Amino acid sequence: MPDVSAAAESPPVLRRQPAYVEAPLRAFAIATVFWGIAGFAVGLFIALQLAWPALNLGLEYTSFGRLRPLHTSAVIFAFGGNALLLSSLYVVQRTCRARLFGGEDAAWFLFWGYNFFILIAGTGYLLGITQGKEYAEPEWYADWWLTIVWVAYLVVFGGTILKREEPHIYVANWFFLAFIITIAVLHLGNNAALPVSLLGTKSYAAAAGVQDAMIQWWYGHNAVGFFLTAGFLGMMYYFIPKMAERPVYSYRLSVIHFWAISFLYIWAGPHHLHYTALPDWAQTLGMVFSIMLWMPSWGGMINGLMTLSGAWDKLRTDPALRFAVAAVGFYGMATFEGPVMSIRAVNALSHYTDWTIGHVHSGALGWNGFITFGVLYWVVPRLWGRTQLWSVKLANWHFWIASLGILLYITAMWVSGIMQGLMWRAYDHLGFLQYSFVETVAAMHPYYVIRALGGLLYLSGAVLMAYNLWRSVRSQPVGANAPAAAALPAAA
Amino acid sequence: MANAPERDAHSGTTTTGHEWDGLKELNTPLPTWWLWTFYATIAFSLLWLVLYPALPFTGTGLLGSIARQEADADHAARIAAAEPMLARLRQAELPEILADAELRAYAIAGGRTAFGNSCAGCHGAGGQGAAGGFPSLADDDWLWGGRLAEIEQTIRHGIRAPDDAETRLSQMPRFLADGMLTAAQVGDVAEHVLSLSGRGTDAAAAARGASLFAENCVACHGERGEGNRELGAPSLADAVWLYGGDRASVARSISYARAGVMPAWGARLDPAVIRMLVVYLHSLGGTEGQ
Repeated sequence: MPDVSAAAESPPVLRRQPAYVEAPLRAFAIATVFWGIAGFAVGLFIALQLAWPALNLGLEYTSFGRLRPLHTSAVIFAFGGNALLLSSLYVVQRTCRARLFGGEDAAWFLFWGYNFFILIAGTGYLLGITQGKEYAEPEWYADWWLTIVWVAYLVVFGGTILKREEPHIYVANWFFLAFIITIAVLHLGNNAALPVSLLGTKSYAAAAGVQDAMIQWWYGHNAVGFFLTAGFLGMMYYFIPKMAERPVYSYRLSVIHFWAISFLYIWAGPHHLHYTALPDWAQTLGMVFSIMLWMPSWGGMINGLMTLSGAWDKLRTDPALRFAVAAVGFYGMATFEGPVMSIRAVNALSHYTDWTIGHVHSGALGWNGFITFGVLYWVVPRLWGRTQLWSVKLANWHFWIASLGILLYITAMWVSGIMQGLMWRAYDHLGFLQYSFVETVAAMHPYYVIRALGGLLYLSGAVLMAYNLWRSVRSQPVGANAPAAAALPAAA
Repeated sequence: MANAPERDAHSGTTTTGHEWDGLKELNTPLPTWWLWTFYATIAFSLLWLVLYPALPFTGTGLLGSIARQEADADHAARIAAAEPMLARLRQAELPEILADAELRAYAIAGGRTAFGNSCAGCHGAGGQGAAGGFPSLADDDWLWGGRLAEIEQTIRHGIRAPDDAETRLSQMPRFLADGMLTAAQVGDVAEHVLSLSGRGTDAAAAARGASLFAENCVACHGERGEGNRELGAPSLADAVWLYGGDRASVARSISYARAGVMPAWGARLDPAVIRMLVVYLHSLGGTEGQ
């Protein structure tokens, strides 16, 4: 049998390679950077509001209640969504050896259509237009528009897979496809609502009471499971082996953990509703399915990290790979913490506290953010046909500044959240509550300041990245084989 | 591309023979620890599903646990544990509570918690008060009196509470807004008021203000601005200011009056809780007597 490592260094086998769609992908890359910085900046601002409430500025438009969904949607759907569109459309063409189904026009429609959705959703929040459902705040008119765009996305992505030149479908595309299909189902299910008027923005949800809450968290948790996990695992499965120039660690593990994640995740939502009006049996199911998710989630981490086997030295020289691998580490941490927090007795302490916020951010900043940064550092020079990144040193600075930011953020929220939960439940020896609510709020102030400092560092790192990527495009020579088919050196 | 499986030199494992854009996959078996931990979580889950409610309409699992009933039972147990002391608090007169060391200690502990729940939002977690008309309850400067019965009256019926017929009422006139004084006269009175606490800077204005003060203010605030608890009229001769003691704030109080409102708690809280609050506040604010 031939040796793979040697084969990787030998000249690539000449094969017919179609002209891949690239211009709209460059737009997705720019949008990813833009929305990332916007979303991080709003996050920093509302973190400062929590520390110093005067920053609400006495205006409804700048109040925490309106800016908070602006932050969450900007980072999840605008930053994360553009990153997913960018990487899925980049990956599906190359791993199918097929030009994008629908060509450049379809990809441009996805770009403008999706970002128009972001725009009407975000402006709605500022004007106070919301369904009041976490991560599903946009009202019916925005939901309908997103449905059209999403169906187009499925057609473009699925069509490319159908016309592929490769006999098998690569693992990254399983995850991307699961992400696209499941998000469509979740979006339709949770946004079933009747508009009051076709000329007005207000609508009422089809379900009410605890049924509505159950549907909301079926949606909410699987937005985490399929948008922020399955989709980003798709990124991981293409870019980490690419950057490391190593084969994926285990095909068998990828099959098992893919189907386990797909089957188990969809049941886990009720763990958001422990100790509520939701019937006990549904709470129990939510908890046990979350616990069973631990190993399937770690399957992705194992495959990500072990693919580095034989190429660990590249972490020293390639900041893109370092970002991606650190991301997988954070993914492993967050997907251990999640099952722990889903246990009812643990949830009794953690629920409604800052611990949850810290958990979400170790996933969002560490996993989703870092792998996206890694992909951008790797893909931007290639999409623009440049030979290399402008400054590896600056990218290293980004890595360490952002890592320090995450460290400050999540440790502050762990301490604050566990303290908050313990203060709420503390009784004195006579059976009276030990602390009033305002005392718990006052006690959290220093941690809110530390969290804001962490956010400032994370945002600063992203600004460095934007500058570095801009210089990479503007100051670097165009590569010899630019743009599409370029076989660039790994040390981007 | 589908090729024959290759052997990876680094790991010694073979690939699946598939290739996409230069990417290959090793055919590594599932890690044993991973597989067995996965099985263990499934076994744990199956056990949990038998022990706890896990199916619609079946009620409960083998342990008989029903969260709603457990919460109700826990709540009832805490109430039952507290009830003997609460019953004694309801029956005892306030001075008797003070005299009984056990009751007093219990009332202060419970009053502190009740204060955190119902009062701290305005008066601060330690009763220290807040700017903008929320008086400190942790000093001996009482507006409506610091004796046990006076504190109880204030808590039960509130201050200018619109839904309570027995609420504490007093109404300072809006001297400028209602045309009783000119702006210049308000300034003179303010100067006089500042001089009462030794902070006057304009003796002539203070002298003009003194006669206006005598005509308009002494009925409630007293000749030397010492205040009157019967009317809730604050002392103007000390360093404690409810709405700010600088010249502009004092002039604003004279011009437009203030008239803060406190809710009446008599209908909202258990009588035992109100007694605990009274004893707690009495202990904070100078312990003035009965």
